[in-house]
Amino acid sequence: MDLLMLVPLAPLAGALILLLTEGRLDKRIVGVVGAGSVGLAAVFAFVVGLEFQRSGLASHTYAMWTWMEVGGFAPAIRLYLDGLSLVMMGVITGVGFLIHLYATGYMWDEEGYSRFFAYMNLFVFAMLMLVLGDNLLVLFLGWEGVGLCSYLLIGFFHTEPENGYAARKAFVVTRVGDTAMLLGLFLLFREFGTIDISAAMAGAQEAWPEGSSTATLIALLLLGGAVGKSAQVPLQTWLPDAMAGPTPVSALIHAATMVTAGVYLIARTHDLFLLSPEARFVVVCVGLVTLFISAFTALVQRDIKRVLAYSTMSQIGYMFFALGVGAWSAAIFHLMTHAFFKALLFLASGSVILALHHEQDMFRMGGLWRKMPLAFWSMLIGSLALAALPLTSGFYSKDAILLTSFDYAWGGPFFWAAAAAAAFVTALYTTRMMLITFFGESKTEPHDHSGINMKGPLVVLAALAVGGGWFGLSPVGSVLPDGGLSAQDHTSAVALATMAAPILGILVGLLFFSGRVDRERLANSRVGDVLGRFWFGGWGFDRLYDRLFVAPFVWLARVNKPDAVDFVYRGTVVVMRRLHQVVALTQTGRLRWYAVNMAVGLAVVFLLAGVL
Amino acid sequence: MTVPVIPIEHVLALAAALFVMGLVGVLVRRNVIFLLMSLEIMMNACGLAFIAAGAKWGQPDGQIMFMLILALAAAEVAVALGLVLQLERRFDSLDIDTAGEMSG
Amino acid sequence: MNILALILLMLGAGAVAGLSEKFHPAAPKWISLATFIVTLAWVVAFIVGDGYANQHIAWIPRFGINIVLSMDGLSQLLVALTLFLGIVAVVSSWTEIERRPGFFQFNILWVMAGVVGVFTALDLFLFFFFWEVMLIPMYFLIAIWGHEDKAYASMKFFLFTQISGLLMLFAILALVYLHYSATGVITFNYYDLLDADLGGDIAFYVMLGFFAAFVVKLPGVPFHTWLPDAHTQAPTAGSVILAGILLKTGAYGLIRFVVPLFPEASADFAVWAMFLGALSILYGGFMAYSQSDFKRLVAYSSVAHMGFVLLGVFAFHEVAGSLVVNELAVQGAVVTMVAHGFSTAALFMMAGALQERLHTREMSNMGGLWTRAPRMGAVTMFFVVASVGMPGLGNFVGEFLVLVGAFKANIPLTVAGALGVVVAAVYGLCLMQRSFQGTPNADVPSMRDFGLREMGVMVLMMAGLVWIGIHPQELLDLSAPVVQTLWVVLP
Repeated sequence: MDLLMLVPLAPLAGALILLLTEGRLDKRIVGVVGAGSVGLAAVFAFVVGLEFQRSGLASHTYAMWTWMEVGGFAPAIRLYLDGLSLVMMGVITGVGFLIHLYATGYMWDEEGYSRFFAYMNLFVFAMLMLVLGDNLLVLFLGWEGVGLCSYLLIGFFHTEPENGYAARKAFVVTRVGDTAMLLGLFLLFREFGTIDISAAMAGAQEAWPEGSSTATLIALLLLGGAVGKSAQVPLQTWLPDAMAGPTPVSALIHAATMVTAGVYLIARTHDLFLLSPEARFVVVCVGLVTLFISAFTALVQRDIKRVLAYSTMSQIGYMFFALGVGAWSAAIFHLMTHAFFKALLFLASGSVILALHHEQDMFRMGGLWRKMPLAFWSMLIGSLALAALPLTSGFYSKDAILLTSFDYAWGGPFFWAAAAAAAFVTALYTTRMMLITFFGESKTEPHDHSGINMKGPLVVLAALAVGGGWFGLSPVGSVLPDGGLSAQDHTSAVALATMAAPILGILVGLLFFSGRVDRERLANSRVGDVLGRFWFGGWGFDRLYDRLFVAPFVWLARVNKPDAVDFVYRGTVVVMRRLHQVVALTQTGRLRWYAVNMAVGLAVVFLLAGVL
Repeated sequence: MTVPVIPIEHVLALAAALFVMGLVGVLVRRNVIFLLMSLEIMMNACGLAFIAAGAKWGQPDGQIMFMLILALAAAEVAVALGLVLQLERRFDSLDIDTAGEMSG
Repeated sequence: MNILALILLMLGAGAVAGLSEKFHPAAPKWISLATFIVTLAWVVAFIVGDGYANQHIAWIPRFGINIVLSMDGLSQLLVALTLFLGIVAVVSSWTEIERRPGFFQFNILWVMAGVVGVFTALDLFLFFFFWEVMLIPMYFLIAIWGHEDKAYASMKFFLFTQISGLLMLFAILALVYLHYSATGVITFNYYDLLDADLGGDIAFYVMLGFFAAFVVKLPGVPFHTWLPDAHTQAPTAGSVILAGILLKTGAYGLIRFVVPLFPEASADFAVWAMFLGALSILYGGFMAYSQSDFKRLVAYSSVAHMGFVLLGVFAFHEVAGSLVVNELAVQGAVVTMVAHGFSTAALFMMAGALQERLHTREMSNMGGLWTRAPRMGAVTMFFVVASVGMPGLGNFVGEFLVLVGAFKANIPLTVAGALGVVVAAVYGLCLMQRSFQGTPNADVPSMRDFGLREMGVMVLMMAGLVWIGIHPQELLDLSAPVVQTLWVVLP
């Protein structure tokens, strides 16, 4: 299992090769290095995974070196493999490889081909460090590393100022969450003197009773980090703008892997959350609110990538929801299936976008299902999985989440109903997206030149999106507290309703968006108009934050550019100058005037001496 | 034969009178030559006071100080006359107020 | 190791470099470069050989003034950094200086000699002497080779440091006098004065005198305003030296003198010092964001980074009922000093390179430079990312240790300091966006990218930051004994 070290090392080597050659390599070699290094990592991950499964160990650590050692604080750079990180590693390297492969075609005509793959490889490395780190500091290394790569890749086309803005927004907003997480880490260190995850978790379980306020505080601070990274309310505003990046980036970072890091973090520190029902309740609420807000926002978007971005947010909302209600394994299961079908959706939409010369507005697509059959079928499969139609992978994971939520202690049936309703909306916007993009009259003529390197990943991901959920998810059972996916026994009514919600959504969507209902009238009505605009803008969060934080900061910065503190010193200078001017008046240059002064001065001195 | 002793008060009064005369000269005259002459009078007034004090206490210090003043006066006159020449050449006048350029 | 010889060598080389201008205009920079390389090699060999140097030569024994020079781990670290940045300074101004190159190199070598003296002197009189030695050549560097507003900037720099230095001189004299009246011995020796047992109130004011000198040099808000002007107007080498090393003399003074000489007074003052630290972090970052001048932005970011030092050094925390010096936080401060030396020196070098090419520092005249000079873009990105505090690079280790240590001492101020990390992201990325990204500026048709000379230095500094970032242990081991013996327990 010593190959474990090579899993993150391969993409790092790829990134270094591509960075150090400064883009002088031939494009084909760049592709081989870029995609190949991740492929190699996937092979290593597979071998390690097999070995790990066969060994029957609960966990395996691979120590590299002590990062730093100061006064009893000695975090090591150490890799930690268990069922949870195994699944994450598999998803990252597997899906990552497919997306890299796809990108070799997608990015072929773009400038900075080598730079792109360098960043992508660096991202895969950082993401692997995140899931393999055995203490919170290594995890944080990966955590910030993926944030950096996300920034670099969102702003990949850096000559467009909007892209730079989106990239900075993503980095800064997630940093707000990261700071909360950092504070949680400090608190954990203060309490236990270690930031080793398993040691700290063991310590927490020993030291605190359930409902401990310190545990709640730490859990909430860690949740802050998770919320930022995973684009959940209230730090969700960066993800839609992040779609400025090239589509493979959206698929890899902003759908399949990085944005699910928050889910991983909570699953990894589940002991802490188990100690705090309040924190879990907050997780449920965050998940549910995000789920609803973004599902409705997705319903009115025009840009196909933004639809997918909001859909990603809402699906991660499901994962948070699942973590909160105690469906731990189902959350990770959904993370995996979501990685399959959302990557598929992004890559398929990428094919469409590329064929239409970077057209992203769905309303200027239409009628593509005959002209781009592969993209259409991939998209359809991905959509069905997203909507959670039975037999697709998304169904198994979402079904497990919903059924478990029914048993949630604090208002289970209510949360179940809400989540099921959200599943209905999910099906609705998915149907809308498919109908507008692929049916109706054709508005733009596609030119599809994609080769096998772009088509292959679509086929594989489509297969995974369908079949990826058939076999469950056994490895995480040993790690997570619910012991793996369990068969839910519910009244048939609940189970049936859970299954029926997405189907109903699709049917209503077909009815509504295929032109049989006068949508125009609805959209132009007063309520429809206001609601539509409100939803379209992502429920006004952006404007709120702009007014509340950005605008005052920028205003104050502009006003205070000359530095208010310096006024004190410059003021001193001005006062001294004035005083000098007054004193300088006595200096007339006339000798006799000086002599008079001297005489008078002397006289005064003598007089004073006499008086005193 | 007894030497008539001049009371010290008289000498000091004379010195003070000379000093004030010199001072007034310095303050009111504008011609540099007169100014210098007034200065000399002031210095000699001081010297006189020193001599008187030395005689009164029977100490040589007062006479030493006067010699110092003499040397000073000589040096001063040498420098000052040089300056007077420069003044005359630059400003074409001996009026000290014309050289009032160093005002603040 | 003969430290006196090291300092005299630098002073002598400075004189030679100054005179050599008459023979060839390029001679001074070669002499200067060679001096720094030789001395650096000497010091590094000494450090690797686990040496400990201590020199004691009588100077004015009547007043207890002696030449006491010593090099423990902390001094070794900072002297090595100084000499390395000397190389950077010389290389970064390789083609920039055309006027009086001899006197320029003379000043650089003399500043550096002064700094080496400051980092090694353990006699307070000698320390003050070197403190002044490094000030005056720096003044000349800004006043002669500076940019458009050099007279104002150099005078401001001079006044700030001189007035605060005067306070330190008073404090030194007061300390010596108090020690004399208690023991009857006049001495300026650091070790003797360590044992001076000062009473509460007077110790507090004497401590403030030292603190003032060091916090102005550091600089901490609200004594920072000389820094943006001095940095902006200084020639590239001057900025590199100022940011890379001169600021560290302030930090060094706090660690070496303020805390050990006045442990109790420092502990009493700790909350205020930490408050100034947190304030520097936030205000410096905020001011950095509002700047439009590349160099000014980096200058303000230095204020923010040095705030971490202030926060860390004074993060006394309680163990078993007594206050102790915070090893984590002080070590973090030391790492921050070194890492900041690299990252900021590199950014100033970048600013200098841009000014040499574009004749402007105004970022509104830049934009989209990445397409013109991708290497410079990538290098800037690296150092911006480092100064933003990316894990895996040096600055993160320092800031993280400071924060994790300070958290035990004062939670609200640590939270404020941690928020500075967000602000750092804001200004760091803005710097990147306004200069290298965005729409390429049509007024800048082409720009020479970094060549071998500039790239070589940059790669060295990048390697340094990565090394500190992923394996800082060698560095920590050097300063650990110093930090641990700083001062142990306070009732």
